[in-house]
Amino acid sequence: MSPVSTELDRRFRDAAAREQLLDVAYDLVDTPIGTLLVAGTERGLCRIAYDAEPEREIDRLAHAFGVRVLRSPRPIDPARRQLDEYFEGERQRFDLAVDIALLTDFNRRVLRELARVPYGEVVTYGELAARAARPRAARAVGTVMNRNPLPIVLPCHRVIGANGKLVGYGGGLERKETLLRLEGARL
Amino acid sequence: MTPPPFERFYEEHREEIYAFLVRRLGRDRADDAFQETFLRALRAYPKLRHSEHLRAWAYTIASRIAIDEHRRPRADAELPELASLDGRPAFAELEHLAGELPPTERAAVVLRYGYDLDYADIGAALGSNATAARQAASAGIRRLRRKEAQ
Repeated sequence: MSPVSTELDRRFRDAAAREQLLDVAYDLVDTPIGTLLVAGTERGLCRIAYDAEPEREIDRLAHAFGVRVLRSPRPIDPARRQLDEYFEGERQRFDLAVDIALLTDFNRRVLRELARVPYGEVVTYGELAARAARPRAARAVGTVMNRNPLPIVLPCHRVIGANGKLVGYGGGLERKETLLRLEGARL
Repeated sequence: MTPPPFERFYEEHREEIYAFLVRRLGRDRADDAFQETFLRALRAYPKLRHSEHLRAWAYTIASRIAIDEHRRPRADAELPELASLDGRPAFAELEHLAGELPPTERAAVVLRYGYDLDYADIGAALGSNATAARQAASAGIRRLRRKEAQ
C-alpha cells in the first residue's frame, strides 16, 4: 500500500484554503516559548493557543467557527513570519487582521485598547479598564486577559498588577516574563 | 451528532481512500482523484447532519470520481483493469431505487452494483468485512425484489 505522500497531502491542504472551503485553517508554529497552535478564518487570525493540545483545540474551533477545520500551513504563513520576526526582536507591531467578532462588545473594546499598548511598555489592569471606559472593571479586564484568544499578537503580557507584580498569564507566568524581557520592558 | 472537525475525518480516511483510488485508477491518476475527493467532501461537509457512515460516504465520493476519471479518455496513462459497468443499473438510478433500504444494505447495494466496488472494499467502507458486505448487499437485493413484487 502506498501512503499519501507529504507532497500530495500538502497540495490538498493548500487547495482547500485556496478555494476558500475552510471555516478555520490552522498550523503549529515553533517559537522560543513553545509550539503554538495558530488559527485563522477568512476574516483574520482567530486563535493562538499555548501548549497546543491540537485535538481539544480543534474541537473548540469547530464548535465556535464551523466544522471545516483543517491544518493548512499557507494561510498561517504571514502570522508565522511575523511571530518569527517578533521573537528575533525585529518586529514591534503585528500587522495582521484579527477575527474577534464572536466576542462580546466589552471583550472587543478591552482587546482593542490592549492592542494599543506599545511594545516594551506595561499597563495595569485598572488603567486598561479606564481606557476601555470602565474604570472600575479591573477584575473583569483580568478575566478578558485570561481568555484572550490571541496572546502575543494582542499583548496581554503587557498588563500587570497595580503593585507591579505580573499577577497571571494564560500561558504561565514564566512566558509572560520572557515576553516582557524580550521587549526590554522595565519590571 | 454533528460530524467531527474535518481534520479528523481527513486524517482518519485519507490513507484508505488513497489506496482505494490507486487500485481503481493507478498511481498516476490517483493523486488528482484524491484531491478532488476531499475537496468535494469539504464542499458537502457543512450540510451533513450526522456523523454516521462517514467512511461509506467518503468511499461513495471517491467511487464517483473514479468513475468520472475512467470515462475521461487519457491517452498517456495506462488504464488498470476495470470490471465492466455495462448491464448494471446506472448508479444514480440505483441510489434512487435503494433509497428506502436500511442504511447498511443501501450502502452495500449502491457500492456493489452502482460503483462496482468489490466486497473487500465495501467491507472496508462499512467498517466490517467482505463477508458482511456480501450479506448486506444480498439482503438489500432480496428486499428490493420483494418490494418490486408487491
